[in-house]
Amino acid sequence: MDAIILQILNGLDKGSAYALIALGLTLIFGTLGVVNFAHGALFMIGAFCAVTLSRILTLSHTVIDETQKDFLGNPLKVDVPYIYDIFGQATGDVIIDWAVPLSILFAIPVMVGIGFAMERGLIKHFYKRPHADQILVTFGLAIVLQEIIKYFYGANPIPTPAPDAFRGSFDFGAMLGFDPNTIIYPYWRLVYFAFAAVIIGAVFAFLQFTTFGMVVRAGMADRETVGLLGINIDKRFTIMFGIAAAVAGLAGVMYTPINSPNYHMGMDFLVLSFVVVVVGGMGSLSGAVLAGFLLGILESFASMAIVLETLPGINQIIIYLVAIIILLTRPRGLMGRKGVMEE
Amino acid sequence: MGLTKKDFTLLIIVAILCVFAPFILNPFPEGSAMAQFNAGYPDLMQRLVIFGIFAIGFNILFGLTGYLSFGHAAFLGVGSYAAIWMMKLLTMNVIPAIVISVLVAGLFSLLVGWISLRRSGIYFSILTLAFAQMSYALAYSVLTPITGGETGLQPKYTDPRILDGALEPGQTPRANLFGLDMKQSFELTMGDWVFTFNAGYYVAAVIMLVAFYLSIRIFRSPFGMMLRAVKSNQQRLNYTGLNSKPYTLAAFVISGMYAGLAGGLLVAMDTQVGAERMFWTASGEVVLMTILGGAGTLIGPVLGAGFIKYFENIVSKINKSILEQWFAFMPDGIEDLLITLVYPFIGKGWHLTLGILFMLVVIFLPGGLVEGGQRVGRLFKRKKPADDKPDGKTTPAE
Repeated sequence: MDAIILQILNGLDKGSAYALIALGLTLIFGTLGVVNFAHGALFMIGAFCAVTLSRILTLSHTVIDETQKDFLGNPLKVDVPYIYDIFGQATGDVIIDWAVPLSILFAIPVMVGIGFAMERGLIKHFYKRPHADQILVTFGLAIVLQEIIKYFYGANPIPTPAPDAFRGSFDFGAMLGFDPNTIIYPYWRLVYFAFAAVIIGAVFAFLQFTTFGMVVRAGMADRETVGLLGINIDKRFTIMFGIAAAVAGLAGVMYTPINSPNYHMGMDFLVLSFVVVVVGGMGSLSGAVLAGFLLGILESFASMAIVLETLPGINQIIIYLVAIIILLTRPRGLMGRKGVMEE
Repeated sequence: MGLTKKDFTLLIIVAILCVFAPFILNPFPEGSAMAQFNAGYPDLMQRLVIFGIFAIGFNILFGLTGYLSFGHAAFLGVGSYAAIWMMKLLTMNVIPAIVISVLVAGLFSLLVGWISLRRSGIYFSILTLAFAQMSYALAYSVLTPITGGETGLQPKYTDPRILDGALEPGQTPRANLFGLDMKQSFELTMGDWVFTFNAGYYVAAVIMLVAFYLSIRIFRSPFGMMLRAVKSNQQRLNYTGLNSKPYTLAAFVISGMYAGLAGGLLVAMDTQVGAERMFWTASGEVVLMTILGGAGTLIGPVLGAGFIKYFENIVSKINKSILEQWFAFMPDGIEDLLITLVYPFIGKGWHLTLGILFMLVVIFLPGGLVEGGQRVGRLFKRKKPADDKPDGKTTPAE
């Protein structure tokens, strides 16, 4: 029992990332009808927003500290972050420590801006072109974005730790009444899951309970009629693209402490996220979220030692295997609607 | 040969280009500043034609039927593994290795195609991608006894090789064609120029020509027409009472066999395999080649493959000091500015250049380099109606 709970928990964080990226992909696909292969790159850029902010916060200037001496008795040169000058040392340390959560605030405008620029500058011209063209041009864009990041940040992963308070793990099993030390779970993964749940809830609430969301949903169902009613649906769809980009970016920001960001992390997640979207059903938001968590958890179950003994290597291929089976038995995916991307 | 005059001319042009490639690709004298643009060395020339084969095969599927497969590297990889096992078990002669690589890749693509072709559009792309990623993951982990896992496979001294005689101690197993070593080269020195004629390259080039000839025949056959019909409107084709599945499946298997052939040849030229050959970026690369050259045209994929492989090798070799040499004649400030501007796009930044180029092609030239050539050709035609075609490469292939 405890092993099962542990695997479910382990699957949650990856599942959260899949669900968030797949949610964004589905938003873009459902509104604009565009297959966005650059979505993984947006996830990656989000992660590098966190890296950038923590670098900005630790920007330092060198001062000579008279109180500290090196072994020759000369005053020591010390790097002092500018943030100390503004907020003082104690507050400055806290701010630097909380760089990753703070990056959320930094990432939202950046990602929405990138999303707008992408939609207006490139994707707009591809609405009328075949899906293959959309795939190809966004694939090219993904390469370009990831090479730009590689140029500025290098090819190595950049460790970006979580705030001190959330480092380390806690005994989740003891809280549920199991034996101590059976279910040890890192704090940050729980934070990530909660964060993902909040974001997913917010997106759904936004679509469900606001007038804007209602118009967008109407546009997803029948774009032409909404346009005929005198509503500028293109503008709203552009905003949705920005939101989708921000969702992917935030998923990336919060993922940095779990996995040090590198320039190809987006591509790694993208392939899986597409599988997730297809399993969930093209154009179905709840399907994307459901499939994201489901596949994340399945993946973690497949990497249990007991499973690996009977079916070696299954953890590597389980997601693809499930995707193939689902696509062949339920062609619309788990929750796909009729008439959406039947072909 | 059953070709129209135009196709025959195209085939002859390609043949001539292949035969004289060691001259054409080596236009600069040895030791000159421009020598780094020379591509006439065996390894690169072999790659040019082998990836040409790969792209020709991919084009039979994507160019004709419009099915965008994102998993073709898997067939290339499977072909490579089959070939290397042939070399380990049977003989270092490349013929059985190449034959078996085509057959095994064909069988594998039959299986993948049979399942994937139940769906079309993006679903088909995802299914092929899933199969390729699965093959890659399996080759890396569980199938290590067969694939060598991370280290890959090389022929070893201790392999059985039942058809070959025992090797002398210290002798390394080398790929050959009835005794002709694939690595054997003949160097021709003419003044400052050095031209290399490599046995392996010519073997690969001959196979490429055969593959190209077959692809012309497929393009011009009733079967090819049927595939085009699938691309333009599959639904209507079905309404006429035709089952299009056998046609698309045949196209899929044929293109899988081409990929296997390319994989087998890669092994024949350079006797080693690694699983990274099957990674999905490798599948993406062949898509790039085909689109860049011009999907659905005859010569396009070959051009695209040549273009990408050439620039991958040449541009990625340029480094900062070479740039400094080039711009040395400029005033200092401008020189530095130019170097900073150009530097991100060369050397390790080659992929950035490739990505930008690819986007530009998809946006402005959906027909690829061939369409670009045709446009330029038309431009010249309008000015000088008497002047026919500016050069052989822009011959409309379709």
